[in-house]
Amino acid sequence: MSDAPEVTRGPVVTPVRVVIALCLFAPFVAMLWVGSYAKVDPAFIGIPFFYWYQMLWVLISTALTMVAYKLWQRDQRARKASDGGASQ
Amino acid sequence: MKDGVNGVALAVFIFFFLAVTVMGFLAARWRKAENEHSLDEWGLGGRSFGTWVTWFLLGGDLYTAYTFVAVPAAIYAAGAAGFFAVPYTILVYPLIFTFLPRLWSVSHKHGYVTTSDFVRGRFGSKGLSLAVALTGILATMPYIALQLVGIQAVLDVMGVGGGENTNWFIKDLPLLIAFGVLAAYTYSSGLRAPALIAFVKDTLIYIVIAVAIIYIPIKLGGFDDVFAKAGDAYAQINPATEKPRGALVPAEASQWTYATLALGSALALFMYPHSITATLSSRSRDVIRRNTTILPLYSLMLGLLALLGFMAIAAGVKVTNGQLAIPQLFENMFPDWFAGVAFAAIGIGALVPAAIMSIAAANLFTRNIYKDFIKPDATPKDETRVSKLVSLLVKVGALAFVLTMDKTVAINFQLLGGIWILQTFPALVGGLFTRWFHRWALLAGWAVGMVYGTVAAYGVASPTQKHFGGSSKEIPGIGEIGYIGLTAFVLNLVVTVVLTFVLKAVKAPEGIDETSPEDYTADAGDPGVQVELPPATAGASH
Repeated sequence: MSDAPEVTRGPVVTPVRVVIALCLFAPFVAMLWVGSYAKVDPAFIGIPFFYWYQMLWVLISTALTMVAYKLWQRDQRARKASDGGASQ
Repeated sequence: MKDGVNGVALAVFIFFFLAVTVMGFLAARWRKAENEHSLDEWGLGGRSFGTWVTWFLLGGDLYTAYTFVAVPAAIYAAGAAGFFAVPYTILVYPLIFTFLPRLWSVSHKHGYVTTSDFVRGRFGSKGLSLAVALTGILATMPYIALQLVGIQAVLDVMGVGGGENTNWFIKDLPLLIAFGVLAAYTYSSGLRAPALIAFVKDTLIYIVIAVAIIYIPIKLGGFDDVFAKAGDAYAQINPATEKPRGALVPAEASQWTYATLALGSALALFMYPHSITATLSSRSRDVIRRNTTILPLYSLMLGLLALLGFMAIAAGVKVTNGQLAIPQLFENMFPDWFAGVAFAAIGIGALVPAAIMSIAAANLFTRNIYKDFIKPDATPKDETRVSKLVSLLVKVGALAFVLTMDKTVAINFQLLGGIWILQTFPALVGGLFTRWFHRWALLAGWAVGMVYGTVAAYGVASPTQKHFGGSSKEIPGIGEIGYIGLTAFVLNLVVTVVLTFVLKAVKAPEGIDETSPEDYTADAGDPGVQVELPPATAGASH
């Protein structure tokens, strides 16, 4: 594994990190707001909305976590580069 | 239930069982290290697992046989309410993305094997560490017992054992054999055995689900028919409660329950010792983050599996014990040989988590009770020996539990275990991000959460049970029905915060923190994080 050790230099809150936080937080809003999806219609191949919508969110949250992971990797690499390898 | 033994299914089942038994014993030689007499080797597989092994191991660990039986059983019994398992497993991964890599780093740096090791190192408090260890052991024991209940359900449907008319020894013999074999290879191979067997388990499960989700609806006339029949069944009024059996979509009143159950369970999952054991066995920090992006595949499978509950209703499966619904559905719908494959998937699905759970509980006992309180100068070799023995004892205990007590006792304890384990969240996850909390405040908050959770769960009645009838109750101050574990957790947090202010004001001793901020972000290859760890260094001051 050649990944950069995580370096905590520079400003803590950056636009990229805000995006990462939003990606990770979105599933909580979507899933805990049960009223938004507690309905039967529209059904998909006979499966009520309530069920296929939540399974769709498995895929959406996976995609969001993946985006967060990629952004985090880039963030760490950039920080390491800007440190000029002087850290540690 | 069909009469007699299903010979073909049983033969297939035994074939797979023998195959994984051989694998379990051979696993001891897999990626064998030079120093095999350390707890890192036996209890964490040498901390050497890469992305895919970790994925199989965690998947095999978290999605247990009991899950496979209980989630569709809950749908079968009451409909929508049982589906909370899906949002629950959706929320787990963004959550662990944030804190698990920090736990991995600090554990690698200091040689921590359990969460209690970390808590002791961070807060310098053996008392708090003991509380976390005891909670972990208490919560894990009934979980192991329930894995046995999963195997029993399968054996029952195949017509082996379980019947009321034979004497207890014949009745329980298959279960005793299965457990004896499990105990033997866990003892000899440690965490490597379940890691290897998890490959078989997950492959079988994925095949069975893929076939079931296509084949059964076709036989039943499509999902339209399945849900129409299920909807009719839920609308029937239950004479005992004078309420409908369930609903296809949660009514407004039960939405709080649904959401709090999902959130509370998600927060609790990675407090369980067995989840942490599987996590710490991974090779690098990045393996964990990468896994949060591929583990949701299991959630999708769980969602599909839950749909089987509706199919059981539509197929006219009638069982009084809901846990037999899915095995019975397989027996009714599949040809005998494939039913055997499905049963093997559930049976092996019980062995993997049972092995990991017993290892995790044994590690907790060895590190945080035996070494901290009984024999502080234990060598790594002593630790491994004690851990191996305790893993046996834990399993025998679970077996005794299942054989001597009513199954509902195990289920009640499992329900309590979930509430209890959530109370270790502030010490563990709080501790990973901040040292602000005071160790005594954490201990007090934990105690309050434990007591409230236990008392509240005791007071829940259901049509069939006077106590422990469910895990939800009115939330004080809000008035909605919510998950007791989450209410207890909030209470725990409030007590912890308030007491921390008080204790800081009176300057109560804070304890020594042996970790430093950069420990939480260290990765393999950094100075001080050897790929090959020195044997068990926790407890030694750094």
